[in-house]
Amino acid sequence: MSYETKRLIEIRQGVLSKNDQLAAELRSRFHAAGVTVVNLLSSPGAGKTSLLEATMRAMLAECRVAALVGDLATDNDARRLARSGGLVRQIQTGDMCHLEADIVARHLADWDLNQIDLLFIENVGNLVCPAGYDLGEAARVVLLSTTEGEDKPLKYPATFATADAILLTKMDLAGPVGFDRAMAEENIRAVNPLAPIIATSARSETGLQEWMAWLREQMQARHKGTKTIA
Amino acid sequence: MHELSIAYNIVNIATKAAQEAGAEQISAVHVRIGALSGVVADALRFSFAIAAEGTPLANAELIIEEVPVVVFCPECRAEVTLPNPRLFRCPSCHRPCGQIVHGRELELVALETP
Repeated sequence: MSYETKRLIEIRQGVLSKNDQLAAELRSRFHAAGVTVVNLLSSPGAGKTSLLEATMRAMLAECRVAALVGDLATDNDARRLARSGGLVRQIQTGDMCHLEADIVARHLADWDLNQIDLLFIENVGNLVCPAGYDLGEAARVVLLSTTEGEDKPLKYPATFATADAILLTKMDLAGPVGFDRAMAEENIRAVNPLAPIIATSARSETGLQEWMAWLREQMQARHKGTKTIA
Repeated sequence: MHELSIAYNIVNIATKAAQEAGAEQISAVHVRIGALSGVVADALRFSFAIAAEGTPLANAELIIEEVPVVVFCPECRAEVTLPNPRLFRCPSCHRPCGQIVHGRELELVALETP
């Protein structure tokens, strides 16, 4: 055996650098086309699709809305969302627990981004993995439903800490399930002192106006002067 | 949850770097993982052993540096390390701080040859 001294090979590269690079490319494409992209994260069943359905229906009156919907299997959500009248496409991830930038790029390859003002990406229902993957979005929104317990933000700090806005969902069920809103907000504030918290219900349309106002702010902040938003 | 896919990414990047450096075998892999990276160190070690099979990284030791959460405190005008990643409050002035400076890292730092 030849003598070889122990050697250190420096790399210093992000493990997800390939995803980050693709996400940066997507972000500049979205920016150039004037699309505001919102990445929606939550546990399964927190009400992403219901909220999106109500949001798309309402927002379509003032801008062009589209959605990419991630799920392990089935196109049930896309079919539900298509009823709103917006442009919708299902992403079936198979066994993957999160969306990655290249999956997003592939699924909107034949879409004309210039025809879209607001694009929602409904991530796979999961409070762990999606937080690590940049999809080129302008904003990341995390949902916490009244039915899943007030301590989720403390159990999944990585996801809640990096959110730009946090939506409490299913507020119409707050009473029956004994949801402690003050405690939930305290837990959210423990890990994310800055993000706005909006209490919503897709069923009763509670908080929908406030949520839409926040979306309009995101659109205006990103495309100052390039679009007229009602 | 997704540690196996992270482990495959590490093995792919490292294998390429090892080849470029002309190293046939790697004895240790140094990575940094942040407390907010969503990666669990034990699960990554387990996954890495599987992902490394049949590559120059087989039998390499995965050396993990865990990076705590560091936030910027506007009150103290300083970067402060949080003793607990579930409480985003400045440990000296106790004000809420949300500007994350470190803690999301997921970085392949270096390789060692035998």
